[in-house]
Order: sequence, then C-alpha cells, then structure tokens
Amino acid sequence: MADFEGLYNYWIVIVLAMAGLYIVIARGNLIKKLVGLNVFQASVFVLYISFSKVSGGTAPILDKGIDVYSNPLPHVLILTAIVVGVATTALGLALVVRIRKEYGTIEEDDIHSQDESM
Amino acid sequence: MLKAHLPALVIIIPLICAALCVLLRRKDWAFTVALLATWASFAGSCLLLVRAMNEGVISYEMGGWPPPFGIELRVDALNVYLLIIVSGIGSVVAPYARNSLLLEYVEDRAYMFYSAYLLCLCGLMGVSITGDAFNLFVFLEISSLSSYVLIALGFDRRALTAAYQYLVMGTIGATFIVIAIGLLYQATGSLNMVDISERLPKAGYGNTTVIAAFAFLVVGAALKIALFPLHQWLPNAYTHAPSTVSAFLAATATKVSVYILLRFVFTVFGVRFSFEILPTATPFLILAILAMFLPSIVACFQTNVKRVLAYSSVAQIGYMILGLGLVSVAGLTASIVHMFNHALMKGALFLVLGCIFYRIGSCHIDRMAGIARRMPWTMAAFVGGGLSLIGIPLTAGFISKWYLILAALDKGWWYLAVLIVISSLIAIIYLWRVIEAAYFREPPDDLKEVSEAPLNLLVPAWILVLANFYFGIDTSISVGVAEMAAKALMGAG
Amino acid sequence: MKDYLVLRVITKLLVPFILLFGLYVQFHGDFGPGGGFQAGVIFAAGFVLYAMVFGVTSAQRILPNGILRAGIAGGVLIYALVGVIGLILGENYLNYSPLSHDSKEGQHLGIFLIELGVGTTVASVMMTVFFTFATWRED
Repeated sequence: MADFEGLYNYWIVIVLAMAGLYIVIARGNLIKKLVGLNVFQASVFVLYISFSKVSGGTAPILDKGIDVYSNPLPHVLILTAIVVGVATTALGLALVVRIRKEYGTIEEDDIHSQDESM
Repeated sequence: MLKAHLPALVIIIPLICAALCVLLRRKDWAFTVALLATWASFAGSCLLLVRAMNEGVISYEMGGWPPPFGIELRVDALNVYLLIIVSGIGSVVAPYARNSLLLEYVEDRAYMFYSAYLLCLCGLMGVSITGDAFNLFVFLEISSLSSYVLIALGFDRRALTAAYQYLVMGTIGATFIVIAIGLLYQATGSLNMVDISERLPKAGYGNTTVIAAFAFLVVGAALKIALFPLHQWLPNAYTHAPSTVSAFLAATATKVSVYILLRFVFTVFGVRFSFEILPTATPFLILAILAMFLPSIVACFQTNVKRVLAYSSVAQIGYMILGLGLVSVAGLTASIVHMFNHALMKGALFLVLGCIFYRIGSCHIDRMAGIARRMPWTMAAFVGGGLSLIGIPLTAGFISKWYLILAALDKGWWYLAVLIVISSLIAIIYLWRVIEAAYFREPPDDLKEVSEAPLNLLVPAWILVLANFYFGIDTSISVGVAEMAAKALMGAG
Repeated sequence: MKDYLVLRVITKLLVPFILLFGLYVQFHGDFGPGGGFQAGVIFAAGFVLYAMVFGVTSAQRILPNGILRAGIAGGVLIYALVGVIGLILGENYLNYSPLSHDSKEGQHLGIFLIELGVGTTVASVMMTVFFTFATWRED
C-alpha cells in the first residue's frame, strides 16, 4: 500500500471496472447490462488518462513559456475509445428497443422462458 | 504506383465503397459496388501475397510518418495469409448474398446490408494488416459492431437476443484488449507492435504491468475467439443469423481473433516471456482439449443443423489453440493451416445450408429428411464439406489434422495425437446424423415437391467445396506460406 | 411544449449560439480542446433541443432523412478522399503534406478537412439516432 495517495486513480479504475462487470453479470434487465458495460468502459478511460499525466505538466496545448506538457497521445486514444463506446451503446439500445417490440419484455429471465417454450 | 500503395488500398477500397453504398440507394448499384470492392480487395491481397513472398516483410507508413511515431501497415507471411482468407471468403459470399433470402427480407434497405458487409470486411482486413496495437483495436471494433448488425438481421426473433449477447460479450473482450494495450503503452511507451517487442526486455519480464497486460490480452482474445469456457455467444449467433452472414462470420471473424492472439503472444510478448517465464502453454492445451471434445459431444444432440455446425466451429477452434499450445514451428504451422482450411470448410457448409433454407425455409433435421433426392447437388456439396470437416484424406481438413498430429508426435505426446483422432471420430457422428436424414429418410408430406437450389446460390457453395479438395491435394501454397509464418513467429521470440 | 412561452423564446435565442459554439469547437481543435467528435455532438445537441421544444416533425423538415444519410456517408467519404488525394499526389495514404505548397500548410489543411468530415458524420449520426427513437411507433 506504499504511496497510496499517488495511486488512488488506479484504485478508482479497479472499483469502476469491477462494479461495471458485476452489473453486467448480475442484473437481468437488458438496459442495466448496457449501463454496466458503460461503467466498465469508463474505468478504461480513467486508466488511460491517469498514466498520461506527467508530474508538473500542464494540459497538452502549446503555449509560450511552458516547457513540460502532459502526454497528449493517450488523450487521443481515449477520444477514439469514447466514440467506440458511444457507438456500442447506441447499437445495444437499438437492439433492446427491437427486442422489446418482439418479446414484449426486456428482462432476461422472461426472454429465456419465452424462448424455451418455443 | 498502385503496387506501392497496395497495403492501404486493400483496406480503403471496401471502406470507401461502404460509404458509397449508403449514398446509392438502388439495390443493383449497391450490389455492383460491393461486388467490385470485395473482388478488388481479393485481387489486392493476392498481389500482396506475391510481393510478400518475393520481398519479405512489407512496411507501409500511413501518412508518411515513420513507424514508432506513425501507424504502420506491416505485411508478413502471417498477415497476408489472413488477408487472403478474409477477402477470399468475402468475395465468394458477396455474389451469394444477392439472391439469398436475406435480401428479399431486407428489400428496400439492401444497400444498408451491403454497407455493413463491406464495413465488416474492411474491419477484418484492417485488423490483419495493421502493425499498430491501438489501430488493431479500432479495426476490431469496426468489424465487431458491423457483425452485431449483420447477425441481428436474422428472420427469427432470437437473432436479436443472440446479437445482444454477442455485443455484451464481445465488448467486454475488446475492452480487455484495450486495457492490455494501455498497460503495454504504460510499460514501454510505444504502440507499434514490433517496437513494443523490442522495448519489452528493458521494461523487465517480471514487471507486474507487463504480466497484467498479458493476462488481460489472453482473456480478451479468448472471448473473441470463443475459446471453450467463453464460447457462449457463438452457437446462438451463428444459428440465428442469416446463412449468408453465418458463412461469412464463421469463416473469418474467429480466425482474425486467433490472429490477434498469435500476433501478441508470439511477436509482441515473445516466446520466451509467454511460454517460458509464464506457464501459458498448459492452460491453452487443457482448454483446447476440452474444446475439441465437449462441444462436439453437444453437437451430436442438436436438431438444428446450423447449431450443429456452430458447436462444430467451437471444436475446430480448439484444434487451432492446440497447435498454438504446442509452441513449435510444426504446431504453429498446423494452427495456421487449420485457420485457412476451416474457413473453406465452414464457409462451404454454411453456404450449403443457406441453399437448403432458401428452398424449405428451415434447417431443422426433421424437415431436411429425404432432401437429397430433390436437391442432389446441394447435398453432395454438404457431403464434400463434411468429409473435409472429418478429415478424410484428399481434403483440406485432413491436411490440418495431419500436421497437428505430426506436431504432437514431434513433442513426443502420442496421447495428444490419439485425442485428436478420437475427436475427429465424434465429428463423423454428428455429420452422419445429417447425411442419414437427408439421404435415407422419407421427406415430410408438405416438402415432396422441392426443386434444386438456384445456380446463384449453388455456384459459390461449390467453389468453396472444390477449393477444399484442391487445397487438400495441392498444399504448396497453403502449407508453404503457413510454415513461413510459423517460422517468423517462433523466430521473433 | 410549444405552449410554454419561456421555453420557446429561450430556445429560439439559444439555438444559433449553440450551433455557433459547435462550429467554434470544430475549427479550434488544434488550439484548444475540440475537434470533430465534440463539435458534431454539440451541433446535434442544438437540433435536439429544437426538436424537443418545437416537435420532431418541424425538426425533420429542416433535416430530412435524405440529408442526414448523405451527411453520414459524405463525412466518411471526405475523410477517405483526403487520404486518396495524398495517394494521387504521390505520397502515402493520408499524408497531408502534398495538399498545399508548404508541408506545414498541407498538414493544417489536411487536419481541417478530416475534422470537417468527422464532424459531419458525428452530427448526422446523432441526429439519425435521435429521430429514429423519437419517431419509433409501437406497432
């Protein structure tokens, strides 16, 4: 537990990731699963941005008189990952809307029992 | 000039044509664009194969920025093999898609299907050709998102839940891969795969960041590959998706994910780290053996023939991972050759099932009774693909099993060779059920007047079946390139 | 919501500023936080606000489905074709240097154009998703 204050970002990453995965597995409502997926992806964003910070560095925007900048590359990677997450969520929600139309429910147990009775 | 830019063109042409398909609303124009795009991609991949055989590794800098700073497209023997698989299957399935029931189902939104198809193709080709780790994740997600869309187009409402399940599990897998890439960047400071492999020894093999990255990567890739305990999404997805889509995805998507595993485990992390410092070979072998047996046994009890083939796919993936777990040039050759042969086998079988579905509207084994008398060419194609799946000599399937057995005997593990043979025998059981029903039973009353499948559907299926036999007899290309790839992978560690 | 006077007036006042801010974010991506993705979403948010207050049908009269579809495909095509121009002028794909007389100017122009493509696509996609769900009928 050495240097706990410096590493508390990563503890938050772990908590968010595990919470997200737990929601995906434990909740039967399809939309809640997508929320869990989003929480899990958010933890990845925090991970990437945490390790892009350089001690004493400012935001990575060129300005006169500033020498040390934070690493801009992970910021760009996270922009891409956020958009991928948005696209996945949009697609998942579209599927949930159609599942609701076909099955009449969005609870996983009800859907399973409807499928098994076929 | 064109030759110099082939690596970029092979990805860009499907991407631009996907956007064009959205603008061209008419079904026929969209089909023509899609067909030309897939054929151009295949031609480009064949030209790249010739270039790679002559020149060795081809490196292409995107945007003119040299490799550690910019994204590099890197073509070596393994890459180009995968490009040929993906674009080849893509170009055979594209003309098939036009007449299949799928297009009658989507009617006026056919251009959206072609667009999603081309995006999936572009994503899979991009994963195969890129030399940058994060770019690999981006292309992986492009292909995954479009495959969720394609699977959800099935006629059955269970296609929607299958697509949703695949979405959740696939996104978790891809997010694990991106965590691994992030941890690797944190440890080495680079995203270029070859650069990471060079910087990794300096970061230290005992470094917990690197070990964590390896763990996340293997699990994430295993989710995408549908390796045994993480395979839950595959049977539902392939069963309820339209036959066209099942054929395309079964032949390409899991192979590309196996490629991701191979590339990271052997090229980025290196043989020494992955297998000598960390005991990864044993879990791979155990899971592979379980994958070879348990899904095959489950397949014997299924009544929907598509589900039989889907479980069979999970079993065949076990063979590929078995070759990987053997950690030798022979084992890797067998693995890579099986990627190629399985693509041909499963592609052919799913296309044949699409022909049957087109005529009788079901793939249930009882509805398929006695169909061989009315659809002789279709069932003959099924028998051809089935022989390859079992591994009868003179077919492509035999070649991969042969090399796998040789690799196992090379290491002195004769009991592994025995297990491989026994699992092939289980394949005979589930295939014989289908063939027996089709040839030797009486057709149900309402299906007595069924005609042969239309030529548009039959010809692509037969092309793949004949390719099975061709590559079972003349293995110079398939095994030759695979061996080059295996040597490069083992040599890099 | 059309009957609430305050909402109507404020929305009509705010929407142009939201769109202007979206354009600002779009083109100042190299000098501050911004760029294509963010700008596309802000742009779409302006239209979503309008649609929520004045009704989806009036919003759809401004942005019919055909234009949105053209926007989605058009943005991707702008991005890809900028790269192809680099290809035609002799350099590798997506090399922006030959786009202008000076290499630095070429990079500037290249980033400008591809961010434009990205912004167009993102705004169109967000609007398409909103309209699809807003006009979804339960039949």
